[in-house]
Amino acid sequence: MEILISRGEREQRYRVPFKSVTLLKALYHIKSYQDPTLTFDSNCRSGVCGACAVRINGREVLACSSKIKSGDKIEPLKYHKVLKDLKVERVEKDRLKNSTAWLKVYRKVEVTSKDVELTERQSDCILCSSCYSACPVLEVNPNFIGPFALTRAYRYILDPRENNKKLTIDNIQSNGIWDCTLCGECSAVCPQNIDPKMDILKLRGEASQFGYLDPNFMNLSFNSYNI
Amino acid sequence: MIDVLIIGSGGAGLTAGLSAKEQNLEVLIVSKSYATSSQTTMAQGGINSALGNVTSDSVELHIKDTIKSSHGISDISMIERVCKNAPNTIEWLDRLGVPFNRTKDNKIAQRGLGGASSKRACYAQDYTGLKILHTLYDSCLRENITIVDEYFLLNLIVEDKIVKGATFLNIRTGQVEQILAKKVVIATGGYGAIYKNYTTNATNSTGDGIASVLRAGGRVSDMEFIQFHPTALKHSSILISESARGEGGYLVNSNGERFIDELLPRDVVSRAIYEQINTFNQDVYLDLRHLGRDRLLKLMPQEVHLCKIHEGIDPADELIPIKPVAHYTMGGIDVNSNLEVNGLKNCYAIGECSNAKIHGANRLGGNSLLEIITLGRFVAKELSKDLRDYSVSDIHLKRDREYIESIFNKDSFDKNFYQLEANLGEKFYKYAGIKRENSQLNILLNKIEDMKSSINNIGIVDKSREYNSNLIEFLQFLNILDIGEIIVKSAIKRDESRGAHHKIDYPKEDNRYLGSFLFWIEDNKLKSQFKGAK
Ligand SMILES: Cc1cc2nc3c(=O)[nH]c(=O)nc-3n(C[C@H](O)[C@H](O)[C@H](O)COP(=O)(O)OP(=O)(O)OC[C@H]3O[C@@H](n4cnc5c(N)ncnc54)[C@H](O)[C@@H]3O)c2cc1C
Ligand code: SF4
Ligand code: SF4
Ligand code: FES
Repeated sequence: MEILISRGEREQRYRVPFKSVTLLKALYHIKSYQDPTLTFDSNCRSGVCGACAVRINGREVLACSSKIKSGDKIEPLKYHKVLKDLKVERVEKDRLKNSTAWLKVYRKVEVTSKDVELTERQSDCILCSSCYSACPVLEVNPNFIGPFALTRAYRYILDPRENNKKLTIDNIQSNGIWDCTLCGECSAVCPQNIDPKMDILKLRGEASQFGYLDPNFMNLSFNSYNI
Repeated sequence: MIDVLIIGSGGAGLTAGLSAKEQNLEVLIVSKSYATSSQTTMAQGGINSALGNVTSDSVELHIKDTIKSSHGISDISMIERVCKNAPNTIEWLDRLGVPFNRTKDNKIAQRGLGGASSKRACYAQDYTGLKILHTLYDSCLRENITIVDEYFLLNLIVEDKIVKGATFLNIRTGQVEQILAKKVVIATGGYGAIYKNYTTNATNSTGDGIASVLRAGGRVSDMEFIQFHPTALKHSSILISESARGEGGYLVNSNGERFIDELLPRDVVSRAIYEQINTFNQDVYLDLRHLGRDRLLKLMPQEVHLCKIHEGIDPADELIPIKPVAHYTMGGIDVNSNLEVNGLKNCYAIGECSNAKIHGANRLGGNSLLEIITLGRFVAKELSKDLRDYSVSDIHLKRDREYIESIFNKDSFDKNFYQLEANLGEKFYKYAGIKRENSQLNILLNKIEDMKSSINNIGIVDKSREYNSNLIEFLQFLNILDIGEIIVKSAIKRDESRGAHHKIDYPKEDNRYLGSFLFWIEDNKLKSQFKGAK
């Protein structure tokens, strides 16, 4: 089969001798036997290291966990600086620092199975950045904290061992939960079936308990009052 | 000079970083990959600690099981240290926020793994490594620890046997840089990737740190001990966790017959499967169907998913085709009881790259995560001792710049190192695998020596400086050749069978080999020595 791979300004066509194959295997085959200059990232081959996310025909996927078919077009993630071919510069460290997604103040409490289940999905995140690439808000606001960092903030807020939820809530107000349009693109592409959109919605609920209001809503009412 | 340079951002490296920071040391963590892409994310089954939350257990039993599995060549005081500290390790992880599963009475849940006399492995579904590593990562960000991604370790900077830092290839720019430090910790993971296409390991587990210690004059040991995991998917070598058998999965052959107690230690089970496949011409399968879809999805969602993608089957309805493949490398950088590298000063090794003599001839499932966290914390105490600045010559940096330049300048080569690497992986599986014979090991050794002597015939095609993964993979291949030679030489010397090392002509343990083979480079020659176990 033949696939088309984005290489900076241009695209290159490669033929690979497989009928059914994961994208990662095809990429390695090209690199090893046809074109050692082709550049991409991977490590675990099994969908847990998050290194190999790219786009097939515009859709974010893990190369190691997706089969390809002839004619597929392979591109790097969006809203990231492309270092070379499919390899992008990750932004996760900054985003996670912005959302301060970590346990702030530990308290000793009983943790139940139910508690663990509540954040089981959120803590499955492999930081592949697929959701970030799918999020339309990042096209207009590059400073948006983004889906995975908000999901992770929610994971720690729900943790019964956290003794200062409010601090995290405070840190995700600007460029955070209220900037999301709730379009659900992030949830649609997540290879771990995480639902950042729902988490953001729930974070809004949590925030309102601490007295925060939707700034869009405030602007709106303010404007209508002016009229 | 910074206080501490940690090379590698897997579970071992991040733990050491956090713990060094707790000691108020200035730390820098440097890695060739992103932290959260490290192999530690792949650990599924669990992390051992004799908490006795599910079945009765004791630290003594944990120690006893570990010693038994090591087949006499471990250091009992190291095993005691790790097992005794295990409950603390779990508590420390719990305080950072690791979402361990819980029992009905709200204790940390534990499951059974092979070779353990009690249900001892604490777990977070089948994502134990992932959730531990990500929690460590979040904690490192909280502590504002600098983690530098995509720097490839070239060489340790050594003067008079004192390690003063290391040289790196900055992968993004292609420049060679040096980082100087009062203490250096190597946490670069194992060397399972030598068994290319026949290993569960991440593709970047190429033993770089071990190779750099060799080049620097430090010692490595027990390199022939490589654990084979009984159940990897047949076509992709992707691991199906031991917890599948722990939860009650069966192993069956083509006739649908069970042929071994599934919960025996990995080496025994791997050999039994190998025999079914190679002697009796059977296919071997893992049967989870009787566990039922609901339980499978609850306990092993990751396994179910991997079977579907890589083998095209649904384990709730179908048998899973499997084969045993290389999984864990027991050998590594030889360290003393303070984890300092034998033969070097101010340099420490932790995690899978290190041979802290806990696993000996065979590692127990769940003991590696325990080791990387426990000793990652332990090493920090050593790091704060006797910190001082050194002067350093710039000759090391110059030499490595010239070396990288020489790779770029080489044009005429006619061999494809990727092909050699795949070929070597297959040969290692066949000749230095589950069952070994001296005649075959010697063929393999010749092959490696051939490859080494024709190094001028291989090189890089990609000549760009920025993000040149062709260059990185080439450097990894050269490391593999150095380490591969030692695995084979060490395996040839050991004319006995012990734990994971099984020689057909010498099927029994022989007391003359109760100890380790050490290797090092002196005056440009590879030297070796046998050292009896403590
Ligand atoms: C599929 C699988 C399942 C497993 N399951 C379990 C389990 O259930 N329980 C258990 O106890 N153990 C398990 N293990 C073993 C365990 O996961 C590993 O032994 C452990 O995670 C190793 O951790 P580490 O920090 O030493 O190395 P790694 O996690 O491999 O990290 C090594 C780090 O060093 C960096 N590095 C390497 N070379 C260089 C270089 N040249 N320059 C710069 N940086 C470099 C890498 O980028 C990486 O950051 C499993 C292993 C595998 C493969
Ligand atoms: S739901 Fe929100 S975070 Fe998710 S993609 Fe849409 S705008 Fe982005
Ligand atoms: S939330 Fe999903 S898509 Fe986003 S980084 Fe995590 S695993 Fe990837
Ligand atoms: S290679 Fe690790 S997620 Fe794909």
